[in-house]
Amino acid sequence: MDHMSPIERWLRGIALTVVVLFFMFPIFWIVLMSLQTNETILRSPPSMVFEPTFGNYVAIIAGRLDSNVASMGIAFMDNLWNSILLSVGSVAVALLLGVPAAYAFARHKFRGSEEVAFTLLSFRFAPPLLVLLPLSLYFQQIGLANTYLGLIWVYQLICLPLILWIVRGYFEDISPDLEHAYRIAGHSWLSTFRRIALPLAGPGIAAAGLLAFIFAWNNFIFALVLASADKQPVTVGALAFVTASGIQYGQIAAAIVLSIAPTLALALYAQRYLVEGLSLGAVKG
Amino acid sequence: MPELRIEDLTKRFKGEAVLDGVSLTVEDGETLTLFGPSGAGKTVLLRCIAGAVDPEDGRILIGGEDMQDVAPEHRGIGMAFQNFALFPHMTAFDNIASPLTAQRRSRDAVREGVERVAKLLKIDHVLSHAPRALSNGQKQRTALARALAASPGLLLLDDPLRNVDAKLRFEMRLELPRLLADQGATVIYVTQDYKEAMALGDRIAVLSDGKIAQVGTPEEIYRRPASIEIARLFGDPTINLLDVVPEKDGAGVFARLSNQRVPLHGGLEAAVGRDCVLGLRPEALRFSANEDGIPVMIEAETPFNEKTVTLVVTARGREILISRPAGTPAPASGAAQIAADATDALLFDRATQARIVPDRDGGSTSEAAA
Repeated sequence: MDHMSPIERWLRGIALTVVVLFFMFPIFWIVLMSLQTNETILRSPPSMVFEPTFGNYVAIIAGRLDSNVASMGIAFMDNLWNSILLSVGSVAVALLLGVPAAYAFARHKFRGSEEVAFTLLSFRFAPPLLVLLPLSLYFQQIGLANTYLGLIWVYQLICLPLILWIVRGYFEDISPDLEHAYRIAGHSWLSTFRRIALPLAGPGIAAAGLLAFIFAWNNFIFALVLASADKQPVTVGALAFVTASGIQYGQIAAAIVLSIAPTLALALYAQRYLVEGLSLGAVKG
Repeated sequence: MPELRIEDLTKRFKGEAVLDGVSLTVEDGETLTLFGPSGAGKTVLLRCIAGAVDPEDGRILIGGEDMQDVAPEHRGIGMAFQNFALFPHMTAFDNIASPLTAQRRSRDAVREGVERVAKLLKIDHVLSHAPRALSNGQKQRTALARALAASPGLLLLDDPLRNVDAKLRFEMRLELPRLLADQGATVIYVTQDYKEAMALGDRIAVLSDGKIAQVGTPEEIYRRPASIEIARLFGDPTINLLDVVPEKDGAGVFARLSNQRVPLHGGLEAAVGRDCVLGLRPEALRFSANEDGIPVMIEAETPFNEKTVTLVVTARGREILISRPAGTPAPASGAAQIAADATDALLFDRATQARIVPDRDGGSTSEAAA
């Protein structure tokens, strides 16, 4: 890296800038939009010069959507709360089930273990709609439709395979000798799992958990079909901004900023673990 | 301290027998070195004893108790791994403390125990370090300390000096016997280094292709190896192996090398006329001033610190290594004559590779030279 010529360094800088601009621009633009009224957003040609207003945020947080035609209530903050509840809940359940399962698949080769693991992964191959229609019928009958519990259960289709397969790789990368050594030292298998396997796979579990959280957060179709208004997450809730009297771009933008904020904050916070975790797993130590 | 008995132990990996009917007894308080080339099954055997690997067949008895259904944590074993297997997320202290915390000892007792063994192994100044901050030698000592910490009755050491540098290996080879004796434990020490095996073991078990090829004291293994392979594994420079057909005349049994007699043990009469391999240790050969020696040409001389090894070639082109203490005079080049000490000559059957045991083994020199 040190022996780059100035031109190379310069070109490199430009390339990086272009990439960052390309990926950051939509987010930047959304933030700009969220601070404008519908009129300034829709003017032509678009301009970066405007008088910033927090009206969109105020409307969303207050739950009142005022258009030039009518005024209606929206439950965006409830949606946000639903999103948090559903994502956190389903990732927690997936970790609770997936991590021990991943350990079992990594350490114990039993008859049919590969098949079971693959079947779990295959849940992610099927188009969600294929599962959803029969599932919604079942859920109606057993009373799980439109409950948090039912949604968290269905979200396992997204979270569980992800966590299972990522974390399994991490457990496989831990030298079995470490666990043997701890057991020979006199500890039970359970405390070996807790004291050796879990901490050493920690970065991987964190990375898998974060990814699962993002996937759960961004899920749209399951909640659209299985939840009614009071249980819907932000992804579905944002549909409310498409009203009969027009599309409220400013408020949609503000809603998007609010809804990506938690995942963005979490990703930034866990970035170190995420990169470290995802790359550590790739290298056999 | 318990006695370890292994009966007919068999372990297969993908149909291939790694351990093939291994039977072995390690006496109470004895140090047995398990020696063998890589891939012989030494580590697998150790893991079976520790309970990390389940054997297909056979029994393992520790202190007379069958270990079949006993979990690794209840076998009362201390083990040091070849790759150290230190817990990377714990300090050296916590690593060494792990066998003590398992016994739910008080915090003070744990600290006391760790410090005692750390002082013994001279690592008390690095106890707060994480394993990655330790040098290889310190890692090795930490691993050893962890194995010793709870004073286990049975100690399994899997080539603990394999991954450390030559100087440290030499130091530890001097220190270990006393350390192990102080522990009073029954020890199995795995190694690939014959010098280590001879220096540390009360007895040596030679494992080859999943079978125990020979068990005996270091002296027995060196002087009376059971087969050509074992003779070759012990000794540096390696033993000279020469195809011969023993003969007999009025003076006794002998082998003919370049038309000169190499007298053999008198009890080897049964070998006369058979295809054999004569094994001569390089240090059992010497240059001779007599005309009746074996005529050879000197090819090359390699001086080591304590000895000099000379490669010579016989008239028929057979290469022979001769070792002598450094400083002893000897011809440096050209033609020379060598002679062998008959007592140290070993005779193997060429077909079975097994040593041909003289009728009266361990007989006196006069009998052999007669």
